[in-house]
Amino acid sequence: MQFRHKIAGGDFAKAGNVASSLKKVLRQLNIDHTVSKRIVIALYEGEVNVVAHAYSGVIEVEIDEEKVKINITDKGPGIIDIEKAMKEGYSTATSQVREMGFGAGMGLSNMKKNSDLMKISSVPGEGTIVELLNYIRPDAR
Amino acid sequence: MKITDIIKPLDLKVISGHNGLSNEISGGYVSDLLSDVMGYAKEGEIWITLQTHQNIIAVASLKDVSAIIIVKGAVPETDTIVKSNIENIPVLSTDLDTFNITGCLFELLKME
Repeated sequence: MQFRHKIAGGDFAKAGNVASSLKKVLRQLNIDHTVSKRIVIALYEGEVNVVAHAYSGVIEVEIDEEKVKINITDKGPGIIDIEKAMKEGYSTATSQVREMGFGAGMGLSNMKKNSDLMKISSVPGEGTIVELLNYIRPDAR
Repeated sequence: MKITDIIKPLDLKVISGHNGLSNEISGGYVSDLLSDVMGYAKEGEIWITLQTHQNIIAVASLKDVSAIIIVKGAVPETDTIVKSNIENIPVLSTDLDTFNITGCLFELLKME
């Protein structure tokens, strides 16, 4: 099963829609509640990151019997120092975004915590690719 | 304890999401940072916040919180109300600030 969603940078009204639709799909597939909760949290944060930081992005979700793979590819400023960005509390979000309660610097660490495997690659000035992988069986990690 | 059981004792105003009023309460979580709630709030908890924009419903719905209490008499935006009705997540309002409403809710839940 595969899905592809386009995300527009700055469109906060729709932030979370992809995560919300995946949540429904995972529920229909009867995927373990704890497992699906983690996937949905990780995807939500990835989605918000594209909206808050990038110009546009694409989210691809691939589900098979054993895993859920999510690729989030954006065109945007990229991440200059990934290690620093991973640190809880570090954020480059604008003050406007922060006032809404985003930009707490917890997005990437929430994604890491809630995925079984996470890979980030980024070219500053071009964009970022985040790959998330979660195993469907809770004991498969 | 259900959401309906705390409306009167805490003097809360039900703004929207009436279909979720029978949601069972498992506890509470206080934060105005959305990622903090995403990362740490648990299913069934009541979320107390000063944020009023529509993204709080997305977070609340993804985390299956039982309701949102908006503090200091703030009025949620129309989009928030619409989404709360779609997702059946009650949005409640209090005139109290976060410290005081949290204290009252804590006492109430402790009695159970």
